[in-house]
Amino acid sequence: MKIGFFGALSGDNQALGQHILDGEKLAVQQYMAASPKVAVTIDPFDSQGDPAQANNGAQKLIGDHIVALLGPAFSGESKAANPQFAAAQIPHVTASATNVALAQSGDNYFFRALADDGQQGPADADYLAKTVGAKTVAVIDDNSSYGLGLADAVRAELKTDGATDAVDDHVDPKGQDYSSTVNKIVAAHPAAVFYGGYYDAAGRLINQLKSKGFTGTFMSGDGSEDPNFITDAGGAPAEGALLSSPGADVTTQPNGAAFTAAYTKAFGQGPEIYSAEAYDATNFILAAIKAGNTTGPAINTYLHNNTYQGITKTLKFQANGNVTSASIYIYKVENGKIVEIGTANGGGSNS
Amino acid sequence: MHLHDFVTQFWPSTVDGLTLGAIYALFALGYTLVYGVLKLINFAHSEVFMVGTMAAMWVLHLTGATDGEVGLTLVGALLLAAAVAMAGSAATALTLERVAYRPLRRRGASRLAALISAIGASFVLQQTFEDFYSNQYSAVPRVLAQHVLFHIGAGQVTNIVVLIIVAAAVMMVALERTVALTKLGRGIRAVAQDPETATLMGVNIDRTIMVTFLLGGLMAGVAAVLWDVRFAQTRFDIGFLPGIKAFTAAVLGGIGNIRGALLGGIIIGLLELYGASLFGSQWRDTTVFVVLVAVLLFRPTGLLGESLSRARA
Repeated sequence: MKIGFFGALSGDNQALGQHILDGEKLAVQQYMAASPKVAVTIDPFDSQGDPAQANNGAQKLIGDHIVALLGPAFSGESKAANPQFAAAQIPHVTASATNVALAQSGDNYFFRALADDGQQGPADADYLAKTVGAKTVAVIDDNSSYGLGLADAVRAELKTDGATDAVDDHVDPKGQDYSSTVNKIVAAHPAAVFYGGYYDAAGRLINQLKSKGFTGTFMSGDGSEDPNFITDAGGAPAEGALLSSPGADVTTQPNGAAFTAAYTKAFGQGPEIYSAEAYDATNFILAAIKAGNTTGPAINTYLHNNTYQGITKTLKFQANGNVTSASIYIYKVENGKIVEIGTANGGGSNS
Repeated sequence: MHLHDFVTQFWPSTVDGLTLGAIYALFALGYTLVYGVLKLINFAHSEVFMVGTMAAMWVLHLTGATDGEVGLTLVGALLLAAAVAMAGSAATALTLERVAYRPLRRRGASRLAALISAIGASFVLQQTFEDFYSNQYSAVPRVLAQHVLFHIGAGQVTNIVVLIIVAAAVMMVALERTVALTKLGRGIRAVAQDPETATLMGVNIDRTIMVTFLLGGLMAGVAAVLWDVRFAQTRFDIGFLPGIKAFTAAVLGGIGNIRGALLGGIIIGLLELYGASLFGSQWRDTTVFVVLVAVLLFRPTGLLGESLSRARA
């Protein structure tokens, strides 16, 4: 029996996709090691993170008769692919796509193993306005489904927090020269900059900001919470940057120790962002299969009606597919490493 | 419209626009020279540039150069990077001419065939680097540590800005003089004007075309090393966006015209930054292309006219 994977394994944001696939692989390897009655293999599709590939990917995986899917990894491709998986009655559990609208389309086969942008955006804004104490913030995004959605949530919450949204600008994630955006920010000298988008552009933005003398706080969301953010920033300029994520860092938690050790043994490096969420989500699917569910609709019913105690959180899904309890975690770049420094409470729009 | 932004950011925009424009101008020369001589749009020129950025990065890594070198080491590292980037880009341009264009020209294939061949060559080069090198951004050592030299209004003029503008200006003048004054240049102008008569007059047409690609490649190599100094990262598709801008610069100034490439590059660099400050950064490319279309409506051959042979260049 096959369970699918749908995400970027090449292209600009392949690192995120690979970490998710590795989490899925580990769960399946451990499942298979116990010689179960039903053998499970992974059928991966490399979407390159490009929504234009999503249609082909959905058709390919549906044609391969997968019974459940881990993914799609990104929000843009999810919008295109989710309706097709729903029509084919294949439950799809994303371990990373955080766009709010995905849970609002009436898709009964959609599950999300982490908090969404509706929680992350307000939590980030609150963190900047209250914990950091920034009264003026520049909010920049990359105009993608994910980046713009997250940035808009931040913009809205900043207003209710009484902070000023000093600059709104949109960068081209494929461009190199962000001097026009940087000039706007430097001219407005806000206390903080928030960027909604992925790590490549975030790295360039913080680098160019620092080289023009910006000294305030830089914050970005989970799309930037990747070691490549530091490389793209050119190392030192990334120091002190805040990154938020609905993904937990299980490597520092006692119940994540066994997972971390097994993952490191299997892939030669420690788990990264969403590896653990992917591992949990896959284990929930595998639990459904172990309980004798071998068709898409049967697995779907199992996921809706059961609870799974994962290493990141307890997976219990609401009717719309969102998980019932989820936190936003705040990370900071310290000495070239991304370190978890605490949690921030979401706006609660998800409950 | 953010008129206030435009005013407060005028000087920073001007400095950044000129810097970007200087790189576009150097990059545009490759498009313009080849078009002038062969009437061919060399779409693979963006990969000629990409190879240059890679070559410069590799040699800096090889020599163990680190961030913020000083004194003779700095000068040596920059010159070495420039030389290797120019060699890499020029070799790529010559190979392209030899492999992708010359066989077609020999068989008298249409210009459309050569255009398709150019697009194909561009894909081949990009994917070769993507598959065999890396599909992630690679960091280039920042050998030249940035510091602010002086201000114009609110605009910071850094040592990197000065280096880029001076280097671009020197290379443009050198090229312009080469084409205007040397025997090689006369050959290029003759082939551009009338290839058949030029052959009859004893100009070796294959050699002249090779020289044209060589010059375009050398200029792209300089543009590449300047790009590395400013942005400090490269990837297999790094040439794509600046390549489109450089090609646009060549068309805006008058394709086939060396001074046109300079003018077009500077105008496009400035337009991008001014457009972004006026309408928001998401409109920077749109601003450029709207102006391009408007200019072409009134001057279909670009601002300075099209011909390499007649442009006194």
